[in-house]
Order: sequence, then C-alpha cells, then structure tokens
Amino acid sequence: MLRYSLKRLLSLIISLVIASLVIFAVIEVAPGDPASFMLGVNAQPDTVAALRTELGLDVPKWQRYLTWVGGMVQGEFGTSYTYRTPVTQMVADRLVVSLPLALYALTLSTLIAFPAGIYAAARRGKAGDVAVMGATQLGVAVPNFWFAMMMVLIFAINLRWFSAGGFAGWDKGFLLAMKSLTLPAISLALPQAAILARVMRSALLDILGEDFMRTARAKGLSRRQALWRHGVRNAMIPVLTILGLQFSFLLAGAIIIENVFYLPGLGRLVFQAISSRDLIVVESVVMLLVFAVITVNFVVDLAYAAVDPRLRART
Amino acid sequence: MNRNLILGGALACFFVLAALVSFVWTPFDYTAMNIPEKFQRPNAVHWLGTDHFGRDIFSMIMVGARTSIAVALVAVSIGIAIGVPLGLTAAARKGGWIDEIIMRGNDLVFAFPSLVIAILITAVFGPGAINAIIAIGIFNVPVFARITRGAALSLWEREFIMAARVAGKSAARISWEHILPNVMNLLIVQGTIQFSLAILAEAGLSYIGLGAQPPIPSWGRMLADAQTLVAIAPHLAMIPGIAIILTVLGLNLMGDGLRDLLDPRLRVART
Repeated sequence: MLRYSLKRLLSLIISLVIASLVIFAVIEVAPGDPASFMLGVNAQPDTVAALRTELGLDVPKWQRYLTWVGGMVQGEFGTSYTYRTPVTQMVADRLVVSLPLALYALTLSTLIAFPAGIYAAARRGKAGDVAVMGATQLGVAVPNFWFAMMMVLIFAINLRWFSAGGFAGWDKGFLLAMKSLTLPAISLALPQAAILARVMRSALLDILGEDFMRTARAKGLSRRQALWRHGVRNAMIPVLTILGLQFSFLLAGAIIIENVFYLPGLGRLVFQAISSRDLIVVESVVMLLVFAVITVNFVVDLAYAAVDPRLRART
Repeated sequence: MNRNLILGGALACFFVLAALVSFVWTPFDYTAMNIPEKFQRPNAVHWLGTDHFGRDIFSMIMVGARTSIAVALVAVSIGIAIGVPLGLTAAARKGGWIDEIIMRGNDLVFAFPSLVIAILITAVFGPGAINAIIAIGIFNVPVFARITRGAALSLWEREFIMAARVAGKSAARISWEHILPNVMNLLIVQGTIQFSLAILAEAGLSYIGLGAQPPIPSWGRMLADAQTLVAIAPHLAMIPGIAIILTVLGLNLMGDGLRDLLDPRLRVART
C-alpha cells in the first residue's frame, strides 16, 4: 500500500506541475499588458513602466513562473492587479462561500442518490424502479442554472420562503448562512444526484449477479438482507469514483450557480477578474480549481485502493 | 425498434429540423424588436410569446437550436477526431511510453472541467461561440481517447487481430481496418451522450456570457436575459429551459436506445 501511495503521490505532483505550466503558459499568451490596462490609454510610458516593475511584470517569464509557483506552495498567490490586495485573502474570503456550497450540495446529492439508487435496484423492473429511472433521466437533462431559476421563482418569489439571492454571511449565524446556501445547494445537487443514483443502481445490479450474492441468499438471507449486507458495500467502488469526480464538477458548477444567486464566491471573483483583466486572480483561481480536482481524485484513488486490494496489485 | 430510440430520436430530430428550417424560415425576424408587443404570453400569433423587446420567442428558439446544435456538433467532432486516434494509438502501444504519455495527458486534461478551460480561453481571447467550441471540444478528447483505448485493448487479444498480425499488417493498419470498425458502435453511443452533454455545456457557457454573443440567439443567453424578468414574465425563462431539457432528454434516450440496438449482449444482460 505504501509503494502504491508513493507512486500515486509522484504522479499527483507531476500532474500539478504540468497543470501549473499549462495555466501559466495560456495566461502569458493573453494579449494586452495588465499595467497599461489598469492605467488606461492616456498613461505616460514611464508610469506604465513603474507599475510593471511594481507588479513584477518586467522580469523574465521563467522567473515569474517560479515566483508564482513558489508563492503558491507557501500559500501566497501574489497581489491582485486591480484591488492591490493579496490574492490569497481574496480567494480565502470567497472560498468560505464556495467550499461550503459544494460540500452542502455533495451531501444533499448523496442523501438523495443512495436511497433512490438502492430502492430502484431492489425493485428492478417494477413500477418503483421505472419511476426512479424516469426521474433520473429527467434530472440528468435539466441544466442546473435553469433549475435554480425555477427554484427562485417558486420558493423565493412566489412562496417567499427563501431570499432570491445574496449571502447572509457566517457572522450572522450558521443557520441563516446555511439558509442562503440552501436553494443554490439543491440546484447544484439535483442533477448530480440523478447521475449518482443511476451509477448506484447499475453498480448494485452488477453485484446482484455475482456468485457471493447467490451464496448469501443460499445461506438464508433474504434478498433485502443480502442487498444491504453484501451488495451496497461492494457497489461502493464505482460509486466512490463518481463521487470524487462529482466534487470537482460541483466546485466548477458552483461558479455558474453563484451567478444565479449573486453569491460572493469564487465564480463571481473569477468573472470580475476576467472583465478587469486581473489575470493573476484568474490564474490563481483556475489553479486552485485544478488542484482541487487532481487532489480529490488522488484521495479517491487511495481510498479505493484501501477498500479493494486488487487495485493495488494491478498498478 | 425500441421505445427509447423512437421517442429520443423523434425529440432530437424535431430540434434538428427546427434548426435546419430556421436557415430558410422563421415565423418572425428573430432580431426585429416590437416594443408594443413585448411580454406577450403564448398566443395564436406568437406561438411561444414575445420577450422584453417584443421579439418572437418561437423564432429565437429555432435559431437558438442552430447555435446549440452547431456548437455541440463541432465540439464532439473535435473530441472524436483527436481522441479516437489517440485511444487507438495508446491501445496499439499498450504498456509502452507512448501509451503512458497519452494516458497521463488524458488524466491531465480531465482535471480541467470544460468551464475552467472556457474561463482560461476567455481570459485570453475574449468570449465567443468559437471559444465555447474549443473548450467543450478539448474536454471531449480524453473521453473518446479513454473509451476507444479501453475497447481496443480487449480487441487486440482476439484471434482475428492475431491473424492480421501474422499476415504482416502494421499496428496502424490493424487499428484502422479492424479495430476502428469494431469500436464504432461504442463510439456512436458515446458520441450521442457527449452530444447531449455538450448541449448542456454550451447552454451553461452562454448563460454566464462565455459562449455565443449577441445578436446570435442561444438558449443559454435567452435564460440569462430572462433571469431578471422571471417574476414578471416566467415564460421567458421556462421556454428555453424546456427546449434544452427536451433536446438533452431526446439525445440521452436515443443513446440508450442505440446502445440496446447496437450491443445485443447488453440487451440480454439487462432483461
């Protein structure tokens, strides 16, 4: 297990280095000089040059890359071109909205998908299965931002149970903050839950045909007992993989949903940064998202290697 | 013929037809503003009502279908054109350094959700339908590479491939003449699913302003415009959303139906 973990860790580090190179290279291609953009068309050349020096734009590109990566390793993302404040602080301020939103959505998605998938597999071919599968087929087809708008229409505008947007802030109390994240989390979670329920059902159906399930039944367990004791546990491997992938989709999906609900998260930060050509912020947020995706997948890999020893032997 | 295929195919064909017809005919000019007739609910003249500028929504939906389908089609084609040869090469060189590079490269691209690629491209080149196509296209490459490699690997162990090797055919020729035709069914099914995902991705990108730009109508853009008006004219938000759902649902059902039709083993296993 240690050798496998080290191998995966090495692959994680290589992936992160290449990803950072790609992101840096793409942003470096960007036309226009941030200093000139910030000072406007009428700026004096020496003022622009001074600002370029201040922002560290006059040093060779490889040196800027190393400074950027070196800073990130220490948790320093540099200084925003527009706001002149540390990017780390800006990202941290927004992460307290985006991260809980993604986790809230992941929890909801799991809470909906697991029972639905297990229920459908247990009632394969019957009315319950057909209903759940029909609902998930529809759920997969619904764009989450459209669903979010419909939730606003029903629960905020018509019923007035929730506010139509904005974030109360954690300092106003946990419940109030969670309340303002509830509609966004449901909108993010539902389409993901549909996918997860389908994976859960098909993983379980695969397991139900295995010899050990027949043995479990032969031992005298009822279909339901065998399903819960042996089926669900074994179906967890494909489900875990999808769950890991979903977290990254939720984090990225949160960018769109934040727009619907005017939440001050990473998504809104990145769009403001794009429009003001605050490229260091764009670079850092994109790197952070990619870091999250790669790391979560790494953790999932380790998790199911721990669950299934065959996977360790194979690599 | 199975029910999924018929129903899904009919839904998908309906929107493809609407998109094609929009090149020669729409009930109204989709750019023509008519303020006195703004915010009309669906009626006999404007079948799906009018928007805040009095533009005919039915016409906009037809032209929006064109944008969605064109972006998705080109993006998925990029994914197939690059991903399939990569997958075939990786399988032919299984375990070698080429395979390793291709697969690790795939993992890397997978770490960039299409939205993140779109953000990067937009930060550099500005928003537009072409950038949406590139972003969704790049995201599709590893999907097709992986699925092709996976299917091709098992084929390389089969007798008819061994026979081709004994006959002296090169790996490239075997991949082209024997492997590709045998993974085609799988690619058609996956292509349909990726097409539906691309429609959703295009809508999302247009909604946040990273996709097609005005005056080109797109379903995502229509939803973005409708957002602030949802309280006074809910139909502005409902109609483009329903169009997206029906198209994606149609394509997904079609994918399921095609899978059952093209892979009889699966049909037996399912029943």
